Amino acid sequence: MSKTDFRSAVRDAISEEMRIDPTVVLFSEDVGAAGGVFQATRGLRELFGDERVFDTPISELALAGAAFGAAISGLRPIIEVMFGDFTPLVMDSLINQAAKYQFLTGGSCGVPLVVRSAVGGGGRFGAIHSQIPAPWLNNVPGIKIVAPSTPSDARALLRSAIRDDNPVVFLEHKRLYNLQGECRDEAVAIGSATVVRPGRDVTIAAVMTDVHKALSAADRLAHDGVSAEVIDLRTLRPLDLDTVVTSAKRTGKLVVVEEGPRTGGWAAELVASVSEQFGDITVWRVTSPDRPLPYSPPLEDATLPSAERIAESVLEKLRVSVNANKSRSGR
Amino acid sequence: MRADDATALAYLYASMLFVRKFEEAAQSSFLRGLIFGSIHLAMGQEAVSAGVCSALRQGDLVAATYRGHCQALSLGVDPTAFMSELMGKETGICGGRAGSMNIADPKHGLLGCFGIVGGSIAAATGAALTQKIMKTGHVAVAFFGDGAANQGYFLECLNFAAVRRLPVLFVCENNGYGEFTATGAVTAGSIASRPRAMGIWTREADGQDVAVVGNVASDALGHVRAGGGPAFVEAFTYRYNDHARGDPVNYRPMGEMERWKSRDPIAIGRNRALDAGASPAVLDHLDEIVAGRVKKVVRQAKDAPMPSLHHLRSIAEFFPSGDKAAHVED
Repeated sequence: MSKTDFRSAVRDAISEEMRIDPTVVLFSEDVGAAGGVFQATRGLRELFGDERVFDTPISELALAGAAFGAAISGLRPIIEVMFGDFTPLVMDSLINQAAKYQFLTGGSCGVPLVVRSAVGGGGRFGAIHSQIPAPWLNNVPGIKIVAPSTPSDARALLRSAIRDDNPVVFLEHKRLYNLQGECRDEAVAIGSATVVRPGRDVTIAAVMTDVHKALSAADRLAHDGVSAEVIDLRTLRPLDLDTVVTSAKRTGKLVVVEEGPRTGGWAAELVASVSEQFGDITVWRVTSPDRPLPYSPPLEDATLPSAERIAESVLEKLRVSVNANKSRSGR
Repeated sequence: MRADDATALAYLYASMLFVRKFEEAAQSSFLRGLIFGSIHLAMGQEAVSAGVCSALRQGDLVAATYRGHCQALSLGVDPTAFMSELMGKETGICGGRAGSMNIADPKHGLLGCFGIVGGSIAAATGAALTQKIMKTGHVAVAFFGDGAANQGYFLECLNFAAVRRLPVLFVCENNGYGEFTATGAVTAGSIASRPRAMGIWTREADGQDVAVVGNVASDALGHVRAGGGPAFVEAFTYRYNDHARGDPVNYRPMGEMERWKSRDPIAIGRNRALDAGASPAVLDHLDEIVAGRVKKVVRQAKDAPMPSLHHLRSIAEFFPSGDKAAHVED
């Protein structure tokens, strides 16, 4: 086990797969000579040459379209959508081409395409450089969406994504790039969640930075005598419902934390799916409100989910249920 | 192709005639309710794909559009499986999942018939990237209409292909109309001037004459195969049919259709073959073979079974796992 930061874990995963497989290529805006605006691909062009790692024009339609065409003809391209907010520019290729091709060819022709993207708020980037595109893509069968929270999972899951024969959208939260962590040398399958903190009273499910917020919320709750279980979903599509349901059945309460706006978010999908499988449970969400993310630090901080809001929402629900139990037993 | 190659020209004539008869049969099958939704016919445009595909080699890849019957048949896609697909049959190329607008047959070099205007340009650009990086020596070809010249894909992919010197041939089939609207009314300047401005090898061609198209395509592919980067051919042609079902067919000036029909690509192709020395008797015999073959194709496709519902389960099998809710009905 070695210690590394999230950004290096991303680069290592690409480098390791490129070394093994000559069909893996990386191209996008500024990923080559400059090493990426978040420096996650630094040094790769020097290692693998300009044929396999190259800069493209600021031209998302072309680079996503070319990545699709390359993926169905023998390459395993990785592209970077510099900010998740630019995802709408690659959505035609992703939704209308890449996500349909296995279906049309009867599974005979894969689309091994990875779309990496720096996403998320908290960096004072404003309303149009902070969004998380997962809900925009979540309604498209054929696309996988991965959202790791640690350097170790980022490295393992990006390697899995590059090896996957389906288009995979790989989300890298901007606030995680500097995060240090131990890098375990183990494979992680796309679609597998993990319990990062066991608990008895409530299940908190989250991804990316919100996993860390949930863990700190769990610390606060422990002071109040509440034992919270925290699940890092790691993949948003396909969701690992089994892990969530198993936990929620035990705790009886599930709170899903989603950084983005509430309506139509992936958290809604998760609570709906869990409720369908297991009705006798209290479910709720902690999300941003339905409005764009403001730039100014106090406004942005008050908009995004925080450890305090997660902890308070749990205590509030517990108070409600304690009171309900009291009034029921008092009857 | 040499203009005096009687055998090659007779073959091209027969292949264009086959496409014409195939589309006539598809149209009547559509009107009889055997083909569903929408089909986009290319009658009048046959020489463009026949000419370009005659200059391709085994291993080259083609991205076509939703008006892609010509390209598919020119590439040698099995016509019975193709007609079966149009009819939604189990024996269709894509098992009835695709329909006319979305057919893909990578085995025959057909990357796909892309339903989004401009999508073919992107797919071929990417396929060309593969050929360059893997050093296969093959090329990719994008067919698209004049309408696609105003899409973002056009500018972005031409630029991308030019700066990366990709082995791709862009073929614009300019049939004068983007759906119901005249090209000139919605297109600034000339289409061919756009690739020229990017330094891309560009030619304009008479798209009604298969020999002309074949020769221009050979020159273009020679440039591409020699490592010169992308090439661009704008072929001027005409669509006899309405765009698709729902087309009001009220937008063409009087006499325009007749003028174009007097230069029908199949008649021109026949004359080219005769001029090169093909005998009229041989061409008449080809006519009979084509007519008989298309009849057989339609009969076999019509007799093929519709897909049984267990195919829905096999679709689930090759789709990303874990979408459990979507599989509940299985």
